[in-house]
Amino acid sequence: MSGTVGPVLVVLLAIVAIWYVAAVALNAPFQRDIYARAGQTDVPFLQLVNDTLAQERPILPSPAQVAVEIWDTTVNKKITSNRSLIYHTGITLSSTLTGFVMGTLLGIGLAVLVVHSRVLDKSLMPWVISSQTIPILAIAPMIIVVLNAIGISGLIPKAMISTYLSFFPVTVGMVKGLRSPELIHLDLMRTYSASRAETFWKLRLPYAVPYLFASMKVGIAASLVGAIVGELPTGAVAGLGARLLAGSYYGQMVQIWSALVVASVVAGSLVALIGLLEKATLAKMGMNR
Amino acid sequence: MNTAAQLYTPAPHGDRAGPVIDIEKLSLTFATNDGPVHALSNIDLKIDEGDFVSFIGPSGCGKTTLLRVIADLEQPTAGRIAVNGMSPEEARLNRAYGYVFQAAALYPWRTIAGNVALPLEIMGLDAKEREARIARNMELVNLKGFEKKFPWQLSGGMQQRASIARALAVEPKLLLMDEPFGALDEIVRDHLNDQLHQLWAKTNKTVVFVTHSIPEAVYLSTKIVVLCPRPGRIYDIIDSDLPRQRTLDIRETPEFLKVAHRVREGLKAGHSYDD
Amino acid sequence: MSSIATSLPRFDTPARLAIGVLVFAVLGLTGTAFQPDLGALDLPRLSIVVTVLAILGVRYSLGFARHRVGDLVIGLVTLLSAWFLIETVANHPGLAAPGFWYLTIATWFASWLFVERMAHWRGLSPSAQKLVNLAIPLIFGATLLVLWQLVVVGAGIPQVLLPSPGAIGARLVNSVPVLWADFQQTFLKAVLAGYAIGCGSAFVVAILIDRVPFLRRGLLPIGNLVSALPIIGVAPIMVMWYGFDWPSKAAVVIIMTFFPMLVNTVAGLAAADAMQKDLMRTYAASYWQTLVKLRLPMALPFIFNALKINSTLAMIGAIVAEFFGTPIVGMGFRISTEVGRMNLDMVWAEIAVAALAGSLFYAAVALIERIATFWHPSQRG
Repeated sequence: MSGTVGPVLVVLLAIVAIWYVAAVALNAPFQRDIYARAGQTDVPFLQLVNDTLAQERPILPSPAQVAVEIWDTTVNKKITSNRSLIYHTGITLSSTLTGFVMGTLLGIGLAVLVVHSRVLDKSLMPWVISSQTIPILAIAPMIIVVLNAIGISGLIPKAMISTYLSFFPVTVGMVKGLRSPELIHLDLMRTYSASRAETFWKLRLPYAVPYLFASMKVGIAASLVGAIVGELPTGAVAGLGARLLAGSYYGQMVQIWSALVVASVVAGSLVALIGLLEKATLAKMGMNR
Repeated sequence: MNTAAQLYTPAPHGDRAGPVIDIEKLSLTFATNDGPVHALSNIDLKIDEGDFVSFIGPSGCGKTTLLRVIADLEQPTAGRIAVNGMSPEEARLNRAYGYVFQAAALYPWRTIAGNVALPLEIMGLDAKEREARIARNMELVNLKGFEKKFPWQLSGGMQQRASIARALAVEPKLLLMDEPFGALDEIVRDHLNDQLHQLWAKTNKTVVFVTHSIPEAVYLSTKIVVLCPRPGRIYDIIDSDLPRQRTLDIRETPEFLKVAHRVREGLKAGHSYDD
Repeated sequence: MSSIATSLPRFDTPARLAIGVLVFAVLGLTGTAFQPDLGALDLPRLSIVVTVLAILGVRYSLGFARHRVGDLVIGLVTLLSAWFLIETVANHPGLAAPGFWYLTIATWFASWLFVERMAHWRGLSPSAQKLVNLAIPLIFGATLLVLWQLVVVGAGIPQVLLPSPGAIGARLVNSVPVLWADFQQTFLKAVLAGYAIGCGSAFVVAILIDRVPFLRRGLLPIGNLVSALPIIGVAPIMVMWYGFDWPSKAAVVIIMTFFPMLVNTVAGLAAADAMQKDLMRTYAASYWQTLVKLRLPMALPFIFNALKINSTLAMIGAIVAEFFGTPIVGMGFRISTEVGRMNLDMVWAEIAVAALAGSLFYAAVALIERIATFWHPSQRG
């Protein structure tokens, strides 16, 4: 299992190559139309390729076009401008993170209650688990619009959707984690006649930490999706979701792709960040392998 | 990975009197991060038809590795080996042996009968032949009536018996067993030793048996190979003069104890410069 | 001394809840239930039931009647009380006074008490225990619905904020044709087609790359990364490529379900342990024989894991993709347009259908998993 870097790079290069080929293939018919209308015949193949990769509104923009668009809208625009992708990313990121923090805290709290209460375990937990099987994201527009109607708008409604989406995985993961100590360890705590609180802090919580990080990774990815989808129903105002929607209104493929790429980078970075945090924490706890 | 085939020089054909397993100056070295590990060094061994041979030794002495070389699950780095006058690879492709692992390794999604049928399906036998062989071998290991059970519904001893039935169903002349009873408790182990002995006496198969239990080795074997570690090599080969027909009671006799003593001395000597 | 101590009831959760029931029942019965001036005692049926509830509360707080029959009696009376509360408040919408809220709290506590007692029932036969384990969350859910109904109707919360469960139910029943059409468009076409193609192609690709270790090493990290990305963002692209109708939604579903299936199948194909692979080697089994007889069965738990994850992802993908443009039918379309028109009861009805479809889809996959991987330790039960 030595070295995944080489294979990954090769696969990534292959993806970029396929992307270019697909961009040429998909954009070529329209380009031929243009030539036909302009009465141009016998266009050299190389020029056709060049033109297909430089269309104003391509069916599939080339990676270079997307990169240029991202560069244009990040470096060359003022951060406060609503044409700046950094500005939109910031909007989405702030509701993602707010929602994620609230969702994680809520999830941990609920998990602690569930682990310590037989009634909650039996009555609430089945709903938490089965709620994972339903498309909760469908209620996003309603939350936004209803909260808007009672005068709450901006960050909070989107953060609430993120909270909602991240708290379920955290609850389920934490309940699993808090229950993960083996019977023999729980028995050991019993021989010390440790209180519930002591058992929790000294045994259950440390055991649950790896589970917490695993579910936080799922949770933060879900939070970002929640924030993006939460930006759709208010119309295209601000945020990466708004960029997607605006792009689809005006047929701006390049804009959609650049928003998508940035959203992916943000998601990857957030998950990686939690991964780093996980590594550091587990190393500190001596649980890293 | 064709080293085994290259190293092998074919024995003259039609030589049925020759040994079932013929090993000469065989060595196997693993490359690891901490430098090379000499798992087997300069092994010379002949096993005749109808022999029950045990490999015994402390962990790390290469007894399992040697068995795996015979089965073509590992390739030697030097020396030559012939199984039934063929290279191990040819022997494996000819399904010349049955192999029993440390664990039963039964497939949980197949019934016991289905598990015994597995190698037969792979060999492409027809349903009628399969059924006949399943019935015959289930009977042989005393598992009649359990055909429709799933492995996880059976005890550990019964599972291991089923895996022996699976190895026997191939109907090989050679049976390779890698600590098959290592995970079982003493009582079950005694019982299975007795059954295995009777099976061997009845069928006259050649058995190569890896163990780390002295009584087990002495009780079952006609020949005991004592190995020692670092590098893995043969320290002693003991031809047992116990009668071919035995019962578990033989373990109290002086003859048995004499053989056991020699094995123990060999193990001790092989171990002495260990620490 | 000790014998007296054990015979005295401990002041435990049931006792506290029972006292709560008692206090709030008395407060409710003596206060004003509805504006302008309607006492609970003017509503004979309700007051009788609540009085019985209060009496039962006394018995529980003193430690009497703590057996299954007593528990069932309180459950039954609580049900009656909830029923009469719903019935009464329907006649006085938006006019609830403190007395009504006290009665609501008393009923809520009584339901909680019932669930609390039920959760501690011991010594049941396995099938009865199963039934109880099913009943507890159902009662919990029903309690939430009743509270929702009472609060929304009693406080007169406007329909545009939060419709009552009753109103949603009525809307659901009255709009079956519309809901069915939406279900057909979104679930039967987009979700099922996308799910089948996405999972199927990922399975085939997984088998192919399994033979090429280089590809496996290159694709697995990428596949793992992709599962964390907001793939749902491809929805506008797919809508522009494949038009407004369901194929564009199916395309989103394909992309969303592809990677989880790929990663899990590849991981599953690697799940066979060394001993089992050696076994197949001793049989001189071919690659395909090993694949079919050992590695695929071994991979099934992983594959079903992906199929279950994907059942949810497929629903989300199809519904959210419809937010980016659809013909005038579909669950996501309905949700976004009815939200715009402030027809929240219709939105909730659609969400109820989505939730039901989602969990039934999941349950169907889980059922097939149970049959196909009956041998797996997690399924033996």
